Amino acid sequence: MTIIYQKSQALTDTPLSYCPGCTHGIIHKLLAETIIELGVEGKTVGVAPVGCSVLAYNFFTFDMVQAPHGRAPAVATGLRRALPDGVIFTYQGDGDLAAIGTAETIHAANRGENIVIIFVNNAIYGMTGGQMAPTSLPGQVTQTSPYGRDVLAAGYPLRICELLSTLEGVTYAERVAVNTVPNIRKTKAAIKKAFRLQLAKKGFSIVEVLSTCPTNWGVTPVAALDWLKENMIPCYPLGVYKDRIAGEAGK
Amino acid sequence: MAARVLMKGNEALAEAAIKAGCRHFFGYPITPQTEVAAYMAERMPQVGGTYLQAESEIAAINMVLGAAAAGVRAMTSSSSPGISLKTEGISYLAGSDLPCVIISIQRAGPGLGGIQPAQSDYNQATKAPGHGDLQILVFAPASVQEMANLVFDAFDAADRYRIPAMILGDGLLGQMMEPVEFPDRSPVEIPKNWATCGHENKREHNIINSLYLQAEILEGIILERYKRYAQIEATETRAEQYLTTDAELVIVAYGASSRIARSAIDTARNHGIKAGMLRPITLWPFPVKEIQAATATAKNILVVEMSMGQMVNDVKLAVECKLPVHFFGRTGGVIPTPAEVLQQIKALTTGGAV
Amino acid sequence: MTIHVTIDEDICKGCGLCTIVCPKKIMVINRDKLNSKGYRPAMQSDPVQCIACAMCAIMCPDSAITVEKEDCHGSESINERQ
Repeated sequence: MTIIYQKSQALTDTPLSYCPGCTHGIIHKLLAETIIELGVEGKTVGVAPVGCSVLAYNFFTFDMVQAPHGRAPAVATGLRRALPDGVIFTYQGDGDLAAIGTAETIHAANRGENIVIIFVNNAIYGMTGGQMAPTSLPGQVTQTSPYGRDVLAAGYPLRICELLSTLEGVTYAERVAVNTVPNIRKTKAAIKKAFRLQLAKKGFSIVEVLSTCPTNWGVTPVAALDWLKENMIPCYPLGVYKDRIAGEAGK
Repeated sequence: MAARVLMKGNEALAEAAIKAGCRHFFGYPITPQTEVAAYMAERMPQVGGTYLQAESEIAAINMVLGAAAAGVRAMTSSSSPGISLKTEGISYLAGSDLPCVIISIQRAGPGLGGIQPAQSDYNQATKAPGHGDLQILVFAPASVQEMANLVFDAFDAADRYRIPAMILGDGLLGQMMEPVEFPDRSPVEIPKNWATCGHENKREHNIINSLYLQAEILEGIILERYKRYAQIEATETRAEQYLTTDAELVIVAYGASSRIARSAIDTARNHGIKAGMLRPITLWPFPVKEIQAATATAKNILVVEMSMGQMVNDVKLAVECKLPVHFFGRTGGVIPTPAEVLQQIKALTTGGAV
Repeated sequence: MTIHVTIDEDICKGCGLCTIVCPKKIMVINRDKLNSKGYRPAMQSDPVQCIACAMCAIMCPDSAITVEKEDCHGSESINERQ
């Protein structure tokens, strides 16, 4: 019997604590598979955020550090400088990366730290029960925007890939989604590209993954996939926002 | 024989850290400790280490967290408002049992306060360096030489007990220049099997974490940690006693205040007044037994601090309020003079020529 | 050619994502079963139709689905390929 598909070796036996249909699980799988396929499990150290994925340190078989809210890129910088041969990544949600951690995100990118940031954008704060995120959409009803997000009072959706693509220190920035199998394949390709760039010491990569939050969006897991496609993708277009290596090759 | 050099306190701290094997420094400018960062910016590349000016004091303490998790000696430095910023990170470091060294060069507070020296962060350092049930080691040097020596001790103790260590100085000590001879000692090598440095497929994966959602488990972890703290209290407490054997009045002071007090005590002794001093060198663990022993013949204790009185409460507790504990202090960045302290000594003692 | 799809019923959270990606429309939620966590797990309604495309397994956030195939032409694993 050939195994066509099985659970990744880089995932532990611990059942995932995410809600049914939450696409964090899909992103975890792609990350785990990438680490195994690149043969770097032994030198990987990941940084878990505060948010739904705080427990990520229980789900992977490589070394993990749990960081204060928003500070994962700084923790990753410390790891990066201390472990020249390590494979270092952060895994962060919208509050962690785009609210409290904006300074750390921008400065790690600006320094061109040779790390990978996996940014899980689901337009809401999941763990604390569905509050507005910097990435929440205009008019989106959340626990802290009960009348719908009013951009004049609460600001506009923060487009991180676009923002970071303006920084010289960023080597690779791509936005992907995990709402369909073709998109999942593209997400894996992006994650793998980011880690390959790190192994080649090419600098800072961010893969922004549009993800679902059925529980706090108030829809079924299946309906959440459509919600992502209809609402999030128009606001957060998929695609490559920066590819310094391809840009240099083209010159 | 090691060379004796004239150095500024802040710079001596930095050089000592490098000699103690620290190769990762993350800092941010703030008066009166910016020289630590500036010195490191120049020296670290010379020894192949990392100097990184972080985007904030918050980022710096988190970079220390990452480097410490990887198993290396890491240090940061700041002053009062910057230490306030670091408190969450310090709590995580303590809650994750990570060793590191944090330099705190006190200036006047609260708020932006002033840039002159103060000792008004004693409570911050010893009672609430971060939220939760925790302690960090707190060393209080009183000279440039001691600043250098204690950096070695801080790194060694931090590694041995898996605890953050703070060197609590102040702007006076940080800015003054004194001769210093760096100890010729190798860093104590302590294996860090717990570090997250990549398991190389040779061991189970390590997790550096402070989150334990089950209350009974978290309580158990804290109790274990407090057993370590008890061990530290039993073995690592340090103090200097100065002329306390027959002292009628014992001053308790640390850091810059202790130098001022020493001058006042010398003058008092010349006038026949039996004054002495117990100088805590560790503020946590607090030298309770040493204070009790030093005040055996005393009728009064005078605590001198550059604050509204923070350590004074710990002194009262140490003697179980069995002796009158008086306080003299200046705050806002004002440095008390030996003459002012002498006046206090005279007021609290009998006899002696005026 | 034998195809064998295993669904770990105690890991499955009955989210239904697999049910919409199956090209043969044979992944369904088992309305008659509750697992130990109180979820209704997924199942194959007509295993004979399965073509081992593994889209269900790719979609499953909990890695609850394993897809195996035995044939004389030699198949390749979709995930964790070198």
